[in-house]
Amino acid sequence: MKPDAAFSSAYSYSGPFQNLTLQPLPYPYEGLEPYIDTTTMKLHHDVHNKAYITNANAALAEAPQAAKSLTLLGLNHNVGTDLFGKPALNTAFQNNAGGAWNHAFFFKCMSPAGSSPSGNAPAQGGALAKAIDAAFGNFTAFKANFSEGATKRFGSGFEWLLVQPDSGNKLVTTSTPNQDNPLQQSAEVKGIPILTLDVWEHAYYLKYNATRPAYIKNWWNVVNWPYVEENYGKATQGVVPVVASS
Amino acid sequence: MALRGASTGQLARSLRAAWGQQQSRALVTQSLPDLPYDYSELEPVICAEIMELHHKKHHQTYVTALNATAEKFAEADYKGDIATMIALQSALKFNRGGHVNHSIFWTNLVPPKDFEPPSGELLKAIESNFGSLDNMISIFSPKTAAVQGSGWGWLGYSKDSGKLVLETTANQDPLSTKGLVPLLGVDVWEHAYYLQYKNVRPEYLKNIWKIVNWKNVAERLEAAK
Repeated sequence: MKPDAAFSSAYSYSGPFQNLTLQPLPYPYEGLEPYIDTTTMKLHHDVHNKAYITNANAALAEAPQAAKSLTLLGLNHNVGTDLFGKPALNTAFQNNAGGAWNHAFFFKCMSPAGSSPSGNAPAQGGALAKAIDAAFGNFTAFKANFSEGATKRFGSGFEWLLVQPDSGNKLVTTSTPNQDNPLQQSAEVKGIPILTLDVWEHAYYLKYNATRPAYIKNWWNVVNWPYVEENYGKATQGVVPVVASS
Repeated sequence: MALRGASTGQLARSLRAAWGQQQSRALVTQSLPDLPYDYSELEPVICAEIMELHHKKHHQTYVTALNATAEKFAEADYKGDIATMIALQSALKFNRGGHVNHSIFWTNLVPPKDFEPPSGELLKAIESNFGSLDNMISIFSPKTAAVQGSGWGWLGYSKDSGKLVLETTANQDPLSTKGLVPLLGVDVWEHAYYLQYKNVRPEYLKNIWKIVNWKNVAERLEAAK
């Protein structure tokens, strides 16, 4: 597949960069208690997320010039194309540019419990609420669908709610393995993510141990609905949520 | 007996009816094996809390799901419902693989006080394939640490070549999918080490060598030859 040069210009940030940086958490480490514990947030952000950034930068150092001028989004869009040359480099970006984007996005998709003005759901009568009803029947059915997908993802991965511009802005759910995401060219189901849930064991094991379903059930209490609604509005215009300033 | 145009399921049933045999489903129910040691006996390398969760929750879940899936599969097979049989394939792979892999893993470990280094035929094989045990470990550990997401690191035996091979598998794929007989497996799903080692998978892999049951590995090699 040819490198997807169109994306890097359409979605560029303030300028090209070579060094990805760890985005700060939008809330304190203890901000998602009691649903996600402080120690997990510390490790998840300061260690796991940081490792993806470090590894992505290392891969950038080895990457062809064309890749060096891409944004984090552009790197993801080009996973599965010929841009990176060596398969090992493509894999490095699939895992680490994927990991960097996925975590920055995941952390933004959450906010302290009770902080969404519309409660634990998108605003009634709003564009997203209507779209969810149209796609899934009602909000409860959507939650069941998303939760089931998150539970059934075997091994490590993420569950997504995304908008598919190519099919009339259809709202769909999908899960991806490891650090893959729907922005990547090699993704089975592609689209613009508007909400995600990390189901790698490190995301929940310290508090929930083997009971992933309990983690998923509690996670609904910390979804940042205003952000998801904003994402939906942008996605229906073909714009991917911005997760990093560099 | 009208055999022309009959499906395989119909054919089988027709034949059995003709021979006066009952349709029987020989469904073997799998069960959780006992550990050869107490939950706390692998300390300080793997803590009791991990061992208990790993055995009682994770492995048990694979066994329970496997039995349920196998039951559905046998049912679909009986009805000749090939679409369902195909749809159940990945669940069978996950859960049977999970059961097989963990059953091997528990026997591959031994309390630190009972640890013995490899000897005899096994040691000879390790030296002939890798130069030395240390050299084998120096390849095995980083290769296994590099598994993306969930999976296993393996020392396997190739019946074709008679060689020992280092390999990795994703999720719960059994080593047989790579054409090798499993001798030693190391689980690197995060549940195998996270409570104790957090994200420092290399530290877990460094320490696990203190509790490898080389006697068991040697037995597996003999059985495989």
